[in-house]
Amino acid sequence: MDPNMSAWTVLLLPLLVAAAILLGLKRWSGLSSLLSTGSAAITFFLCIGLARGGVGEVEAFPWLRLGDDFLVEIGFSLDELSRGMMLIVTSIGFLVHLFSLAYMKEDEGKARYFAGLSLFMFSMTGIVLADNLVMMFIFWELVGVSSYILIGHWYQKSSAAEAAKKAFLTNRIGDFGFMIGILLVWMLTGSFYFDQIKEAVGGVTNMTLLNVAVIALFCGAIGKSAQVPLHVWLPDAMEGPTPVSALIHAATMVAAGVFMLARVGFLIEVTEVAASVIATIGAITAVIAALMALQQNDIKRILAYSTLSQLGYMVMAQGIHHGSEAGMFHLYTHAFFKALLFLGSGAVIYACHHRQDIWDMGGLKKKMPITFWTFAIGTAALIAVPFTSGFWSKEAILEAAHHEGAWFAYVCGIIVAFLTPFYMTRLIIVAFTGKARTDDADHAKEVGAIMWIPLAILAVMAIVSAYNPVASGLLAQGHADPGHLFSHFGLTAILSLVGLLVGVAAAFKLYIGKDSDPISIPLFRDKFYIDEMYRGIVAVFQDAIAAFLDIADRFIVDPIMARFPALGALAAGTFFRSFQIGNVQTYAFFFGVAVIGLILFLLL
Amino acid sequence: MDTALTLNHFLFVSGVLFAIGLAGVLIRRNLIVIFMCLELMLAAANLTLVAFSRFNVQDGQPAYEGHVLLFFIITVAAAEVAVGLAIIVALFRSRETTDVTKINSMKF
Repeated sequence: MDPNMSAWTVLLLPLLVAAAILLGLKRWSGLSSLLSTGSAAITFFLCIGLARGGVGEVEAFPWLRLGDDFLVEIGFSLDELSRGMMLIVTSIGFLVHLFSLAYMKEDEGKARYFAGLSLFMFSMTGIVLADNLVMMFIFWELVGVSSYILIGHWYQKSSAAEAAKKAFLTNRIGDFGFMIGILLVWMLTGSFYFDQIKEAVGGVTNMTLLNVAVIALFCGAIGKSAQVPLHVWLPDAMEGPTPVSALIHAATMVAAGVFMLARVGFLIEVTEVAASVIATIGAITAVIAALMALQQNDIKRILAYSTLSQLGYMVMAQGIHHGSEAGMFHLYTHAFFKALLFLGSGAVIYACHHRQDIWDMGGLKKKMPITFWTFAIGTAALIAVPFTSGFWSKEAILEAAHHEGAWFAYVCGIIVAFLTPFYMTRLIIVAFTGKARTDDADHAKEVGAIMWIPLAILAVMAIVSAYNPVASGLLAQGHADPGHLFSHFGLTAILSLVGLLVGVAAAFKLYIGKDSDPISIPLFRDKFYIDEMYRGIVAVFQDAIAAFLDIADRFIVDPIMARFPALGALAAGTFFRSFQIGNVQTYAFFFGVAVIGLILFLLL
Repeated sequence: MDTALTLNHFLFVSGVLFAIGLAGVLIRRNLIVIFMCLELMLAAANLTLVAFSRFNVQDGQPAYEGHVLLFFIITVAAAEVAVGLAIIVALFRSRETTDVTKINSMKF
């Protein structure tokens, strides 16, 4: 199939499936789930074809036309970046669809869920394949909507509905900045299309404004990729079903922000202030999220904060000169092992009858061996055990920071390299080793094949995805370089190895054989009270605005719009009522007035 | 001061009489009094006619057309009084009051 047809099919097929399910097939949940999974499989194979084949001509669909010279189209950009990202999106998407077939088997909203998954695949494809900023923004918002639908899948639970609302609103705040950034870029370069902007960047004279524009564009990534201060939605988003967390909040949607930064990388390269802002915020996010993860007890929350931390790494890399490839490389490897970890946690939750607190689990190593070993491999990749894929990508980022002299980012990266092994080892020890702490954990057994086959596939990818035949096949923006490592055995490698060993050892020492958490740091557990702070700020502003509006309404709008017309009507009514008063003298009076009036009229 | 009586003097008095009559019709509450004021208005009109008739001199004689019309008006007024008083008596018999403000059953 030629690239044009493939690309359009990849984009529109999930949309058609979603529409079909929502408009008619909702009653047949089995058929809906199979349709959705089938479309995911088809798009996956088409993307393999796209990745191997060349870049053909793509017909674009005109979207917005104003006059003769302004035209925004829905078209595709099939360069290496997007084709590689599409492989990630469709491959992990397909595995998540498979996993969901088993995980959501008894759910009553199954058809709605798969429609939401297909809608998400459509939206994410749009972001990845976009060749201009407006199209990217349209699909950016669509992804937010899909996320809202999927997080709030169990909408009867008020916490899920609240979490969905929070995710959407926080995203919208970021998108506001994104839109301003798009408009500023258009103002400075005259175009929305990435290739045209790239050519026009050299001619931009107002560098301050360009910096502001890039920072504004970054606001979109702050919202979508959950950087501080808009990170608050991601942990709450764990209210959604676990496969959703795996797909959207680990591998793809949150990576969209990083992807967007890579897309406009040529803008970041020329704006120093914006680049350092990006790197700083990424670094801060990485550290704060890792600190918060140390004290969480819900298995999905730990993974969510871990995702936040790794996203901080990726964003940090985007802000470092020439670090963009390292960031994208980490995105690819992270997508695989984080999806693996989330799906693994899904298997654990499913086996323990939907319990999520790690202190309610225990001893799962013997009862769920496949899940344990795949989870362990995923953890190894996350904490950057040497020779796993995560090791190579993390090294790439830290090396880039070291090489470019980004000291704040480098130090934060090393700190996180100490913290990540600690909290992940804590997770594995508490949840998998020791004795079962509750009956549900005692009765856990290994999950079915539909669930552990994706886990196994992802575990393999978690190890090999950095190595060359796979990495270049994935069009990953980097690859493992074993020979290079030993010649380059510098400070970075030593520090990260030390961090790994210290973290693992400390976690072992503190948590092995324990039944409750020996350390208690409320500041980390309560997420630095950021949520409470936001609630307070919103409440203060809302109350102030509400009080002002109340006064305005009562003293300005009410008299003018309600009382004044009422008085007028009353006066007019009283006047006209006198014509029917029944009193002859009043009639005579009006008679006299009319006669006098007539005389005057005739005389004058 | 001019001691001769001119047309204006008569017209002025007539106007004042008419105004007093009109005010009485509009303000007084007793039916009989309203009727009297109505007669006063008619008298004022009569005075105007006589005044014009007297001062409209043709060949040494006043124009007697005004006087003639005056007789007609007096006659008609008398007939009108008869009818009007009959209505008032009938009204009094049914309403037991002469207060005109109490007669407002045609009120909205």
